[in-house]
Amino acid sequence: MEWETVIGLEIHAQLATNSKIFSGSSTAYGAEPNTQANLVDLGMPGVLPVLNKKAVELAIRLGLAIDADIAPRSIFARKNYFYPDSPKGYQISQYELPIVANGHMDIQLENGDTKRIGITRAHLEEDAGKSLHEDFQGQTGIDLNRAGTPLLEIVSEPDMRNAKEAVAYMKKLHALVRYLGVGDGNMQEGSFRCDANVSVRRPGAEFGTRAEIKNLNSFKFIERAINHEVERQIDIIESGGKVVQETRLYDPDKDETRSMRSKEDANDYRYFPDPDLLPVEITPADIEAVRATLPELPDAKKQRFMVEYALSAYDASLLTLSREVADYFEAVAQGCGDAKLAANWVNGEVSKTLADNEMEIAAIPVSSAALVELLKRIQDNTVSNKIARDVFAAMWNGEGSADAIIDKKGLKQITDTSAIEAVIDEIIAKNPGQVAEYRSGKDKLFGFFVGQAMKASKGKANPNTLNDILKQKLEG
Amino acid sequence: MAISEAEVKKVARLARLAVPDERLAAYTQNLCNILDLVDQLSAVDTTGVEPMAHPLEMMQRLREDVVTETDHREKYQAVAPEVEDGLYLVPKVIE
Repeated sequence: MEWETVIGLEIHAQLATNSKIFSGSSTAYGAEPNTQANLVDLGMPGVLPVLNKKAVELAIRLGLAIDADIAPRSIFARKNYFYPDSPKGYQISQYELPIVANGHMDIQLENGDTKRIGITRAHLEEDAGKSLHEDFQGQTGIDLNRAGTPLLEIVSEPDMRNAKEAVAYMKKLHALVRYLGVGDGNMQEGSFRCDANVSVRRPGAEFGTRAEIKNLNSFKFIERAINHEVERQIDIIESGGKVVQETRLYDPDKDETRSMRSKEDANDYRYFPDPDLLPVEITPADIEAVRATLPELPDAKKQRFMVEYALSAYDASLLTLSREVADYFEAVAQGCGDAKLAANWVNGEVSKTLADNEMEIAAIPVSSAALVELLKRIQDNTVSNKIARDVFAAMWNGEGSADAIIDKKGLKQITDTSAIEAVIDEIIAKNPGQVAEYRSGKDKLFGFFVGQAMKASKGKANPNTLNDILKQKLEG
Repeated sequence: MAISEAEVKKVARLARLAVPDERLAAYTQNLCNILDLVDQLSAVDTTGVEPMAHPLEMMQRLREDVVTETDHREKYQAVAPEVEDGLYLVPKVIE
């Protein structure tokens, strides 16, 4: 019998502020424990939270990018639970009237179709501290540096139908958060975290009981954890059991999810409006001020690349995965005047070498201007595309500019017809058998001669000239 | 509106409050009285009235995003029951 998977994601994105959401403590990552936790972050009696303006602006920024409603009046609530890394005994969050509601994002499916994923809401809240369970002889160590770091919790509709769609949505949102500068999206440091609500049902039936999987901090884990959870739920139902609504933790080492029993009461958070914070008012002028600073969004950029540079949808989507790559491409395309050539190089040699070196484009040793210089040498026939790749590798290794390397290594392409003719004459003389076969109709042998001639010229013969002369001589 | 003794126990557990068994009936009665009062308020027709989130008729003032705090860990940890390596120590909590 067939089952349909239903997935909704809750994504926590840390916001790129210097100070915390309700206090003037630093949010810098990696400081000595508790050196960035002041009286407000420690939940001392008598302190008052004061809302960070930048956190509000960044929430509006994301809201506009997902075409959502920005609440003219938004309120903060207390979410009550006890855990030592949340010293107040509650988390300041939003419940009724979140700052962002009713947005959406379009994801690309594997078959090339587009699917719209609804985004129910995005609300501001404070992060908790960290608990360290090892090395303290039966006690737990608490670091409150992260407590009070601003988060935007982005809640999707249960619109995804398999793990791949969930990954596509998460990746797209991750790219958007970084594009907008809303957060750094660093998943290793926990700046972008995901919980998944997963259930199964018969197609068309009502939603099944869902389990919430926590701790999904990589694109690889989320796909595996969801697939595992789906199997677990189907097994339970098919053997006559019932799925229990609960929170489960994904363990990447064992590749399984397990129940978090301590969260049994967790859904009873007894939210109420926080009396320490007044309602937040956002005027149309505030919204327009943020809108004016929005960069070109990934989807719009992709469309523009397809129109302005006549690129394929595939090339354009690769080039717009990150703002830095898109900027690099545009600089190269404009510099060399051939967008297709620039796209081939950025999506080809550049992205391959970056991947081989596990490097981001921000750290690329070959500047866009340096690459333009190399591409110009392809365009003016100084080097072939193949030789240019060797030159690029040398540029990457810091051996100098394209011209300097071509000059030093003697890589200049041979366009001199007589030199190429000499090479070809020699090859024809050396291979009478193949020549006879070719002339009797074995066209495929043409490639053999090209290969021999290229080898003899150390790859430096201009391919077009070579082909022309070879053809003439063979036709004889 | 009535509230049961079981509900009182649950709310007490969530709030980490100890309610001795011999006081449970009295707590339940008192809470029922309070909820009855709220029920009387519920009788008022509030059609068209925006729910009040805060009694002050003011809007939240915002803070510029500037780090204003310096490290006072030593002072804060001097009053903590137990610390080690800069961490506050608490009874073990683990999933």
